[in-house]
Amino acid sequence: MFSYVIKRAVATLPVMAMVAVVVFAMLRLTPGDPAAILAGDDASGAQLEAIRRSMGLDQPIMVQLYVWMKQLAQGDLGVSLLSGTPVLEMIGGRIGPTLSLAVLTILLTIVVAIPMGVVAARNPGGLLDRTVMTFSVLGFSIPTFVIGYLLIYAMALKLGWFPVQGYSSVDKGLWPFFQRLVLPTLALSGIYIALVARMTRSSVIDVMGEDFIRTARAKGAKETSVLLRHALRNAAVPIVTVIGIGVASLITGVVVTESVFNLPGLGRLVVEAVLARDYPVIQGLILLFSFTYVLINLAVDILYTVFDPRIRY
Amino acid sequence: MSNQKNDLAQTGRPVLDVRNLAVSLAGNPSAKVVSDVSFTVHPGETVCVVGESGSGKSVTAFSIMGLLSREALHCSGGRIELDGENVLEADKERLRALRATRMAMIFQEPMTALNPVETVGEQIDEVLRIHKRMGRKARREKVMEMLEAVHLPEPERIYSSYPHQLSGGQRQRVVICIALILEPRLLIADEPTTALDVTTQKQILLLIRELQEKHNTAVLFITHDFGVVADIADRVVVMNRGEVVEVGTREQILSAPDKDYTRMLVSSVPSLVPEAREAHDGDIVLSVKGLGKVYAQKRFLGARREVAAAVDVDLTVRRGEILGVVGESGSGKSTVARCIVRLQDPTQGEVVVCGENIAAARGSALLSVRKRIQMVFQDPFRSLNPRLTVGESIIEGLTNFGVARAQALRRAGELMGLVGLPADALKRYPHQFSGGQRQRICIARALALEPDVLVADEAVSALDVSVQAQVLELLDDIRRKTGVGVLFITHDLRVAAQICDTIMVMQKGKIVEFGPAADVLTSPKQPYTRLLLEAAPGRHWDFQNFRPLPL
Amino acid sequence: MSNNTIQGELLAEPAARAPTRGDRSSLAAQMLLSLRSVPVFLAFVVLTVVSLLAVFAPFLIRADPIAIDPLQRFAGVSAEHWLGNDAFGRDVYSRLLFGARVSLIVGLGAAAASLVVGLIIGVVAGYIRFADTFIMRVMDGIMAIPSILLAIALVSLTGASLVTVLVAITVPEIPRVVRLVRSIILNVRSEAYVEAAISLGTPTYRLLIRHMVPNTVAPLIVQGTFIFASAILTEATLSFLGAGLPTEIPSWGNMMADGRMYFQLYPSLVLYPGIILAFTLLSVNILGDVLRDVLDPKMAKRT
Repeated sequence: MFSYVIKRAVATLPVMAMVAVVVFAMLRLTPGDPAAILAGDDASGAQLEAIRRSMGLDQPIMVQLYVWMKQLAQGDLGVSLLSGTPVLEMIGGRIGPTLSLAVLTILLTIVVAIPMGVVAARNPGGLLDRTVMTFSVLGFSIPTFVIGYLLIYAMALKLGWFPVQGYSSVDKGLWPFFQRLVLPTLALSGIYIALVARMTRSSVIDVMGEDFIRTARAKGAKETSVLLRHALRNAAVPIVTVIGIGVASLITGVVVTESVFNLPGLGRLVVEAVLARDYPVIQGLILLFSFTYVLINLAVDILYTVFDPRIRY
Repeated sequence: MSNQKNDLAQTGRPVLDVRNLAVSLAGNPSAKVVSDVSFTVHPGETVCVVGESGSGKSVTAFSIMGLLSREALHCSGGRIELDGENVLEADKERLRALRATRMAMIFQEPMTALNPVETVGEQIDEVLRIHKRMGRKARREKVMEMLEAVHLPEPERIYSSYPHQLSGGQRQRVVICIALILEPRLLIADEPTTALDVTTQKQILLLIRELQEKHNTAVLFITHDFGVVADIADRVVVMNRGEVVEVGTREQILSAPDKDYTRMLVSSVPSLVPEAREAHDGDIVLSVKGLGKVYAQKRFLGARREVAAAVDVDLTVRRGEILGVVGESGSGKSTVARCIVRLQDPTQGEVVVCGENIAAARGSALLSVRKRIQMVFQDPFRSLNPRLTVGESIIEGLTNFGVARAQALRRAGELMGLVGLPADALKRYPHQFSGGQRQRICIARALALEPDVLVADEAVSALDVSVQAQVLELLDDIRRKTGVGVLFITHDLRVAAQICDTIMVMQKGKIVEFGPAADVLTSPKQPYTRLLLEAAPGRHWDFQNFRPLPL
Repeated sequence: MSNNTIQGELLAEPAARAPTRGDRSSLAAQMLLSLRSVPVFLAFVVLTVVSLLAVFAPFLIRADPIAIDPLQRFAGVSAEHWLGNDAFGRDVYSRLLFGARVSLIVGLGAAAASLVVGLIIGVVAGYIRFADTFIMRVMDGIMAIPSILLAIALVSLTGASLVTVLVAITVPEIPRVVRLVRSIILNVRSEAYVEAAISLGTPTYRLLIRHMVPNTVAPLIVQGTFIFASAILTEATLSFLGAGLPTEIPSWGNMMADGRMYFQLYPSLVLYPGIILAFTLLSVNILGDVLRDVLDPKMAKRT
């Protein structure tokens, strides 16, 4: 068990290193010169050269990579080209809304999607199943920002139940905090719920075809108990897996949702940095999001041991 | 309860009475999978339902338990009476209440019949929780008792084990626990030993018999194996294509069957006693010396773990000779075969084909020797590319070695004749053929290159007995005509006795015994060989001549 | 899927069924049959209409989709402007038609590119053992970067153009195709008919082309439809965030981005392209599901 955890954890290191190399390569090998951006349009050649030197851009590429990885290993993500603020500090200032949104969405998804999938799997092809599947196809197909605007249009503009946009942090009161997160959470969870409900459904249906389900029926077990005790428990591994993988689309969704609802989170920060071509900030955020994704999936790997006794070395 | 049971036995009232049962495809009542099936099972009696694949024997068994999948099949006629109650009319709740208490079932695949994420104890306990009001302690005691009754070692440990920690035989014992813990009146066993090795099979059959005698259980035993029938049946129901061919006592069916179909089926079972064969003295076509295969598993934070699948294997095959390699699962027999045809790389030793050592050959050297040694695989449904016509598959080897297409196709036509298929079969696709026909096609493909050695890895194991007999005959015929040397891998001693000149018995990667087939199978020298022979089902019966054998 | 209860009996031939030439006509028949379901039929109609509008857009438009008319800003619906004008006085109807064009080009381009590249890399990874570890490490690395961020970064670094957007959308899709192809190749490799071909002395390239790669075709077609949908979505998302196609190109995402600021006053500027986008994606996904059920029943069961 312990050695399994260590093994999984160690296995994430090369992935993270590979992420770092890909990000580095992307930013350094594509056309576009950070120094030119920093210097502004009317800088002279000499000025540009000086800036380049101060940023270490005149060094060979492998040296740059080494320096950069070293800084990274020490937790140094560099400073913003525009404001000069350390990237880490900027992230700290903007993480609140993003974290709140993500956690609420994951909770909502788990509470809604798993029962949906199980109910659908109970009778494949039945009315409930078709309803759930329809909802799931809709969730996949309607882009988060379209759902967002439809929600704003209906619930905020027409009905006036929620504020149109904006964010209010928890310390300014719980109600305004939630009031402003309801619509974003709904918009964001659409695709995630679709994903998890679909996987729950198909894995439960899969397991229902296994031999041991027949054994359970031969024991005289109730169909509900067959479904929950035998099928769902065995379907747990693919379900948690998809919850982990779904974090990728969740991150995409966060970026979009924060733009639609004007939430001052990390997603907005990415878009702002991209529009301003603030390289260190872009770099830092991509790394942050990627590492989060890798770590969440590490957690999922470790969760496997809880659900499946066969995975235990 | 037990008084009642005795009364019933005395009045001769059956536990199970199936009358004119019909099962149809769901949504199409005229498409009958099973029709007009009738038989009875009495307390303490073992009734074997025997038939080849597609005979409807398992469908019948599942109908009784009410376990047919509703979307695919449904019972469209007849009655199934369990102690006088028609289970076809029972509602869901009633059916649930009957299962495990009055009728129970054990299944073919012990490896998958248990829930992998629950401990064995919990799974047996579930039966008690569903049907009985018992305290937790009482339930645990009862489960322990049952685990001991099926002779599982260390019941405490088994109770908290997960299925994957147990062997196949142990798992089947657990399934038996689940089925019999509430002492049902009827036990349905659907090919419960087919997936097990012979030695384990024997133990499981003995266990079922023991528990049956203890509780006077009626047993309905589904099987395809006449050896098992000869060992355990009181009465036999022979089925074919969804209908009952014949019902009778074991003696009637095995010694004086009424119907031609039954006669054919019984006489197809190969004898365990090989005919005397002449020793072959042709050239040596295959010679293996000191062959070894070690699988190395790299483990994280720990030493490499090595598993020796084959150790120091020596063998020779002469022209026209059939050498049988016999063993249970895990004996290393398939590893040896795969190393010899170089689908795997041996880690030690020599494989000499017609004087050339190919154990370490690579690239073009290996390619050129491939045509000398060919293989026939176990599963005829997977060994032909479903996207290619039979003709394309057969000429593949020839065109690989530069034969022109037209010439290769002509040769393929001849080969079809040799294996007893019409020449127009070449234009068709594999899915248009039955299992036995596909295996013929595979043999034709292997022969296309005129190899010196043919390796057949469980080549008839997936086939029904009647088809098996034909394919064995074909192989025998071919080695006579072409003089090819055959390495024949099998787990089935009867098959080995039927066709092999010499036999090599393997256990745990090592050769245990080697010699002419007649010697090894009639007067084995090693205890393991003796064990295998004793475990072979139906060895007191001479099926081809419909009479018992003197032991 | 619930035939398990009958075991081998009925399914006496549990053949590794793959579509063969003989089955092909029945495949077409199955697809036609699925059109009897109302949603599938509607999806088919929607996609056909959108494709036709896209192809014939130059003949159907009412005005130059990029011509600015400051006097006609936010003009309402009229005989001349069927869906009104946007913030720059451009004709919304004409822009929507050209948006369909952009979406289809991006969708088809990204699907084709990622399938071809992914197939090649996947076959190499699946068949050549020493390349496998390295390739899959790189793929893991790319996969770990949320695709939208990767795309945003690529576009913003290289400058907005159709080609960069296409590349930016294709790159994150490749690892998924590679994984799919690799797993199929690895599975097929141990199939008895492949081993049979090996012992018949079939050279590696023929082994791959004849016995292994054909197994990837059906799953890849299915995967292609989903990449097609996801590429359209990603392009719209990128453009919506301002990191996609140059703003003058009339794509649905750009239209929504332009309309955002005026959403409270003129919600239709955002909602029209949004809804068309949603319906297009919905149709592709529905048809993709049908295709999967027909072509690749094994995978249909899984996801």
